Amino acid sequence: MSDTLSRLQPIFRDVFDDPTLDILPGSDSSTVLGWDSLAHINLVSAIEQEFGIHFALGELEEMRNVGEMTDLIDRKCAAR
Amino acid sequence: MIQELWPPFDARLLLRRRKAYLRDLRQRAGLLPLRIAVLGGWTSEEVVNLLELFLLERGISPEFYQSDYNRYYEEAVLDPSSLEAFRPQIVYIHTASVNLRRYPPSSATESEFKAALRGEMERWEQIWSSLDSRLGCQLIQNNFDPVAGVLGNLDASSWGGRGHFVARMNIELAGHARANKRLLIHDLHGVATQLGRDQWAAPERWYSYKLVTTAQGSGALAYSLAALIGAVVGKSRKCLILDLDNTLWGGVIGDDGLEHIHLGRETPQGEAFTAFQEYCLELHRRGVLLAVCSKNEEEIARTGFQHPDSVLRLDHFAAICANWEPKSENIKAIAAQLNLGLDALVFVDDNPAERELIRAQLPEVAVPEVGSEVSRFADILNDGGYFEPVALSQEDLERGRLYATNAERHTMQARYADYGEYLQALEMTAEISPFRPAYLDRIAQLTNKTNQFNLTARRYNRAELEHMAADPQFLTFAGHLRDRFGDNGLVSVVIGRKDGRRLHLDLWLMSCRVLKRDMEAAMLDALVERASAAGIKEMIGYYQRTSKNDMVAEHYARLGFTRFAAEDPAGEASEWRLSLEEGYHPRNRYIRSEEISDV
Repeated sequence: MSDTLSRLQPIFRDVFDDPTLDILPGSDSSTVLGWDSLAHINLVSAIEQEFGIHFALGELEEMRNVGEMTDLIDRKCAAR
Repeated sequence: MIQELWPPFDARLLLRRRKAYLRDLRQRAGLLPLRIAVLGGWTSEEVVNLLELFLLERGISPEFYQSDYNRYYEEAVLDPSSLEAFRPQIVYIHTASVNLRRYPPSSATESEFKAALRGEMERWEQIWSSLDSRLGCQLIQNNFDPVAGVLGNLDASSWGGRGHFVARMNIELAGHARANKRLLIHDLHGVATQLGRDQWAAPERWYSYKLVTTAQGSGALAYSLAALIGAVVGKSRKCLILDLDNTLWGGVIGDDGLEHIHLGRETPQGEAFTAFQEYCLELHRRGVLLAVCSKNEEEIARTGFQHPDSVLRLDHFAAICANWEPKSENIKAIAAQLNLGLDALVFVDDNPAERELIRAQLPEVAVPEVGSEVSRFADILNDGGYFEPVALSQEDLERGRLYATNAERHTMQARYADYGEYLQALEMTAEISPFRPAYLDRIAQLTNKTNQFNLTARRYNRAELEHMAADPQFLTFAGHLRDRFGDNGLVSVVIGRKDGRRLHLDLWLMSCRVLKRDMEAAMLDALVERASAAGIKEMIGYYQRTSKNDMVAEHYARLGFTRFAAEDPAGEASEWRLSLEEGYHPRNRYIRSEEISDV
């Protein structure tokens, strides 16, 4: 598991209140129960806080699954 | 208390762990259910999610109705059917400056500015009057957060200035709120200003989600709104308990001596302590009780208030506990002396160890994280919204004096061997009347915060009480007690609901300030008199046990009612009847009834 993915894991478990949830790069709103637009907003703000980054306008729409999230996070952290 | 839900909270963390907090909070006993409709001019879910946490923490279990996005006008004015079906007790209009439609152009003249203002106000007035006539419940309206125009500093003053326009809109809103008790303003402008623009607004969230605020902005909004809603249902706290050394004055009076403590205008330190004393005095003047809890010799502690620069005097305090006992014991003693629950108290102490101890031992007491810098204490207390008022009643303004005259009554009681003689000597008079408009604020306040002498602990807001006062199906009673030491104020409320020749006593409560003064007997006499005149043959009283009202379990028995419902083994609820056909003998022996003045 990549470092980024392992840091995302507890965020997902908190937001969906499921201590057994295991996310994979392919996890998306069709496989994670309760991943609606509001949960997505919560995920985004928790990720910004955890990684100390800020997503720009177009980027918010780019993250349709966990893999796209980790890619974008890695890119933004590297650009810092 | 969950400390993370009080300032300085981290809204992003609260949102992330929201579901876990909810699980804990919903298990609490004695939560007050409340139906809140949210009419959104912008996305409301994030604010509502945080609001739910903050309300639960204040003892309120909300049920929400949320309008579709940006349908606040339509649901209020054009199609309120689903809103009506929800039967809200509070309607919160979740709008902001993004919902203003008629900004004057930057080249505007005075008349264009005023036309824009009038046009905009008409729309909001329509919303309030429609909601008021259809629902008759409490409305909470956000005022408008600051906006930036293109005119630089001129924006604040010119007829084309957007900032100027928003400021005028907020003044208009304030005028409506002063004239209409069912309209409360939630000060969005204040919340946003305090946070600062970049902490408050997140333009990218606006374009992506139609959310005005950052997560922290949503948190600040929800927290402030929770304090206001808490105040509407009587959850505001009532007493500020203060440490002395390095809280109300600089230095340690027992070591340094009266002449060396820091107070007054001579030093920056002294000025800061004096300013905090002035803040406490302002709270006292608007009805918050003050008390002292300090580790000190009582004699020496009291001398601190004789300091020539002390703004606070001993008679501003309803209770003083200065000794070497643990502060948790003293705080419990103060609560008992003032007849208040621990959840009505706020404790301020510069010593972090004492704060931690009280949080651990008395979790119901609010212990704000004031730090050790007295110059910040007032702002931190304000941020907490612990004492949030809805309106100031005459009672609030006189409360400090009421507690002072109580001390005189105690002294007098000690002089009489026989309690009846004491009551006689008090020369009490009561005025017991139907609810009258001038008293509705006080009645609502008493109805929502009386816990101990309260037979059913049903809560009604001002709008509901106003409705019952006008409805002939209800007989309402508000009792005002005076004695030789002064006016005790409006202290007892009873609501009877007519059902043929029966009268159901849905509510009977009394302020603990006048316990054992025979006031309940005087109330019963007034009840019987007016009920008989209305053709009532039988009164039914109800007792519903709560965590705080054991003292009135036998209230109806003491007044001569007979119990008639089948015994419920736990003693949680009982029903009592009093026939008015068998001849009624007045019960009260000590209180003269007063002619009712017209208000």
